Amino acid sequence: MSELPLNQEATDEVAHFRVRRECFLDAEGAVHGELPAFAQDRDAVVELYRAMLATRTFDEKAVALQRTGRLGTFASSLGQEAVGVGVASAMQPDDVLVPSFRDQGAQLWRGVTMEELLLYWGGDERGSDFAGPREDFPVSIPVASHVLHAAGIALAFKLRGERRSAVCLFGDGATSKGDFYEALNLAGVWSLPAVFVVNNNHWAISVPRVAQSAAATLAQKAIAAGMEGVQVDGNDVFAVRHVVEAALARADAGPTLIEALTYRLGDHTTADDASRYRDDAEVSGHWKQEPVARLKRYLTEHFSWTKREEEALLQSGRARVEAAARGYLETEPLPATAMFEHLYEELPAGFDAQRSEVVARVTHGGRERG
Amino acid sequence: MAEYTLVEAVQLALSHAMEHDERVVVLGEDVGIDGGVFRATEGLWQRFGGDRVRDTPLSEAAIAGISVGLAAQGFRPVAEIQFMGFVYPAIDQMVNHASRLRTRTRGRLSCPMVLRAPYGGGIRAPEHHSESTEAMFAHIPGLRVVVPSSPRKAYGLLLAAIADPDPVVFLEPKRIYRSVKESVDDTGEALPLDRSFILREGTDLSIVTWGAMTVEALAAAEQLAAEGVSAEVVDTATLKPLDVDGIVASVEKTGRCVVVHEAAKTCGVGAEIAAIIMEHGFLSLLAPVQRVTGYDTVMPLPRLESHYLPDAPRIVDAAHRSLSYS
Repeated sequence: MSELPLNQEATDEVAHFRVRRECFLDAEGAVHGELPAFAQDRDAVVELYRAMLATRTFDEKAVALQRTGRLGTFASSLGQEAVGVGVASAMQPDDVLVPSFRDQGAQLWRGVTMEELLLYWGGDERGSDFAGPREDFPVSIPVASHVLHAAGIALAFKLRGERRSAVCLFGDGATSKGDFYEALNLAGVWSLPAVFVVNNNHWAISVPRVAQSAAATLAQKAIAAGMEGVQVDGNDVFAVRHVVEAALARADAGPTLIEALTYRLGDHTTADDASRYRDDAEVSGHWKQEPVARLKRYLTEHFSWTKREEEALLQSGRARVEAAARGYLETEPLPATAMFEHLYEELPAGFDAQRSEVVARVTHGGRERG
Repeated sequence: MAEYTLVEAVQLALSHAMEHDERVVVLGEDVGIDGGVFRATEGLWQRFGGDRVRDTPLSEAAIAGISVGLAAQGFRPVAEIQFMGFVYPAIDQMVNHASRLRTRTRGRLSCPMVLRAPYGGGIRAPEHHSESTEAMFAHIPGLRVVVPSSPRKAYGLLLAAIADPDPVVFLEPKRIYRSVKESVDDTGEALPLDRSFILREGTDLSIVTWGAMTVEALAAAEQLAAEGVSAEVVDTATLKPLDVDGIVASVEKTGRCVVVHEAAKTCGVGAEIAAIIMEHGFLSLLAPVQRVTGYDTVMPLPRLESHYLPDAPRIVDAAHRSLSYS
């Protein structure tokens, strides 16, 4: 009895989806389509370039500090500078960034200082006590669990009737985790003002993107959550900024998932050796598409960017990084008792003995461990 | 003064908090129109609306995770996990984020959230519905773990938990959700956290416990009284941080201690209490600390749960063991 309508249904398409990819600036720096207004403004483009270059310079310095024993394990964003800078440059100051551990490009644009970043990676909690973006979250080391925080922050904005958005960055590996799906699902069904950005750098430590999911795109994971999913060339800072701006502009109507296609040119972290699991040929192929050179080519061709300007920008970036490194290295560690200071707003009485033990050991036991 | 069951007192506290603090939002599965599977949020949705009393998608990680975001933004989320057996997906959020957001930002961000969950056995519930895994949370720095043992405690401690500037795991002993009614004065007065309560004074022996086991402990104390043994019953109420001074003061007075909990024995909070007594009250002890706990087995299905859960006779036996050291 039910066979006929069932068969009938099976042949009917009940839903149809598409995922588009945005790109303005290809690997050769050639322009496709009509550029957004900011990309036609020399100063605005130089600002993006300055930020990407500074991020790269910062990463280089951080890796060097780690290699010389002066910084802890560090995750370089080499090759992915356009994602962080593109995303953050699209945001308003009162939006909230919920970053992963490779998003220094976005954090720096938001006003987190290089010295704070170095303090954090150098093992000091003060590095997450940002003087600038006070409401931005510290980086999430656990993968994907922070996507839910962005949903919660977006819910706070919605409840208060504020026109602000939460922007969350995470990697391709994060899209395999339940927290990611749970956050998207909830943000979708509640129409939360959130933008979720997958920084698809194609490697989750040693596991390539193709081994992470059979889905043709990660952007299409938005579809199951009832939101728009868009793919963007993550090495094209114009495209990244543009799609995030568009997503933020319509955030009061609901969230967006953006998959930014980029490539991790460096190791996963300074504790990793990527040569164990991927070929040099693959990496060198991706060097031809990296975002900084691409933007420089555009600047040169469209805005007569000069060698002198380039050198000046590099110099100022280096000076900024060096000053931050000095500041970080000169910062004395917190006193040992600091670990008790912000555990609770007010330390419960039961902690007196443990805290006193630390005080006694530091005072009478000689050196304080740094 | 009106009388309430424990679960009604939870509702009363939530109502009071929502009425007086617009930052308080309630969220969880079926907490809205349905009023929660135990009716702990009965009427809140109708009174405060769907914005502040939110049915979430079925995702415990999300319930806890969005609470972290809300709390960091200045809200006071009170999240309900339907049963403690389903809390585990939320543990990642509580351990990796809620408990340490204040520390890791040096106080810039904080996480004043409450994670409520009914816990414990004794109501012949299906599999996964009767566990007591409070020790998992009690082990985590930065959290508070609170267990009420009566309607008045539920009211006062939940108000304290909601007002607390840090994350609180609030475990409600569902076995005594409706077993007694007690007068509760809806004045909004909170009870102190981090403090134990003496439920019955005694001089010969201290029975230290929390939640539904206070009922068994009081019954045991009654039986012991008939034998001429004066047992003091201490309700720890807050398991993290434990009221060391209160517990030790009782044991210093009596010289003997029986710790009772329905969670499994190994690495249970009872082990911590025994160790605290060793550290701070050793010279007062007349006998080794006795533990009466659930066994180190999987919580059995309802047909055997009464054999698993501590009861007054087992507590009396333990008291006798303690008293045998003279």
